[in-house]
Amino acid sequence: MGYALDFGWLTGAVGMIASGAAMTIFLIAVTSVLGVILSIFGAAAKRSRYPIVRKAIAAYVELVRNTPFLVQLFFIFFGLPRLGIRLDPVVAAMLAMTLNMTAYTTEIVGAGLDAVPKGQREAAAALGLQPWLVFVKIVLPQALKVIFAALTSQIVIMMLESAVVSQIAVRELTYEADMLQARTFRAFETYFVVTMVYLVMSIGLRRLLFAAGRRAIAGGMA
Amino acid sequence: MIEFTFWDILRNLLLAARWTILLSIVAFVGGSIAGVAILLLRISKRRWLRRAAEYYIGLFQGTPLLMQLFLLFFGLPLLGFRIEAWTAAVLGLTLCASAFLAEIWRGGVQSLPSGQWDAGSSLGLHYVAQLRLIILPQAFAITRAPTVGFLVQLIKSTALTSIIGFEELVRTSNAINNATFEPFTVYGLVALIYFVLCYPLTRYTKILELRAATHR
Repeated sequence: MGYALDFGWLTGAVGMIASGAAMTIFLIAVTSVLGVILSIFGAAAKRSRYPIVRKAIAAYVELVRNTPFLVQLFFIFFGLPRLGIRLDPVVAAMLAMTLNMTAYTTEIVGAGLDAVPKGQREAAAALGLQPWLVFVKIVLPQALKVIFAALTSQIVIMMLESAVVSQIAVRELTYEADMLQARTFRAFETYFVVTMVYLVMSIGLRRLLFAAGRRAIAGGMA
Repeated sequence: MIEFTFWDILRNLLLAARWTILLSIVAFVGGSIAGVAILLLRISKRRWLRRAAEYYIGLFQGTPLLMQLFLLFFGLPLLGFRIEAWTAAVLGLTLCASAFLAEIWRGGVQSLPSGQWDAGSSLGLHYVAQLRLIILPQAFAITRAPTVGFLVQLIKSTALTSIIGFEELVRTSNAINNATFEPFTVYGLVALIYFVLCYPLTRYTKILELRAATHR
């Protein structure tokens, strides 16, 4: 076969790749923050007094965890306009990613909350801390410490999964790769370079989260 | 203009779901076989073999499956292989599954006490027999729950093969949606079909986890 790999197009493509990567990072940053906050509420609601609340959260978690993200994305992006809700692709992507992420992290955060011994709560209450302070200052930091590794993995998995939002024309890394290969006719080289960018991003994100987490946990979090 | 009734939509989706199921099974079986090979490298006594397997696993776990599929789909023709969407889909999912399964099973192998290996060699078993008779059966038994859990993930991952043009459930649903403009019905049904495939396996995973927890 007389095919020679050609990376000459790369010099003119750095800007596109960088802007795509920036969009991917933006999406995962927003999703992670929203997802973790929502899943704290989700985990609390799953331990609610009211069976209906518990059942509703459980149903949501199972529904999301047992269907593909791509289908959830299409359902939101193509389905919601039928109800009169028009969504910008970026908003639809963030909504789908956050809903997906929250379902997984609700389980993770819940496991963390369960791992904090009851005595911790009782001791804090005995010291006269208000219930929300008990939760924020005592229970949550200890729970986050337990689940930190699982949470990090989930965030990295979600970042890799976010490649499919290119399918609804969100201009993230995969979308830019599609555009580039259509322009350069160098599909293999383009996807190879972009795959390596993803690899660097997932390793970097994992390192960053671990470094940040170690400092925050060592510093007492809140 | 052809009119689609609800039953037409459902029938077509169910027919397409056969491809999703077939692809999942083939990729899981292929991934298991290749996964054992990667596992053997990963727990090898030679350092460079362990390293190679580690990089292989890291590569598949650190990049999007969609990119892996694109690379196969566009890369293999450059090497002179004629490739169809089905081939790229099977190959991509098999390679990806082998990396994840090898990593799951490695956890099982390394959780076994080293006495199991010692006992094997004191019985005069050589390395392969130790693996086959003592180590691997226990490692598979310990990791049954995450293995089934990965199967659920794999079934969901087959949705991505629609993007490289393989005619499975999602690709068919896109075509039906374009013809009917009923995204709620179409994607709702698609989600339901995936749910029916995955939920029993998820339940089974939970049961396995509970059983493992009580036996300890």
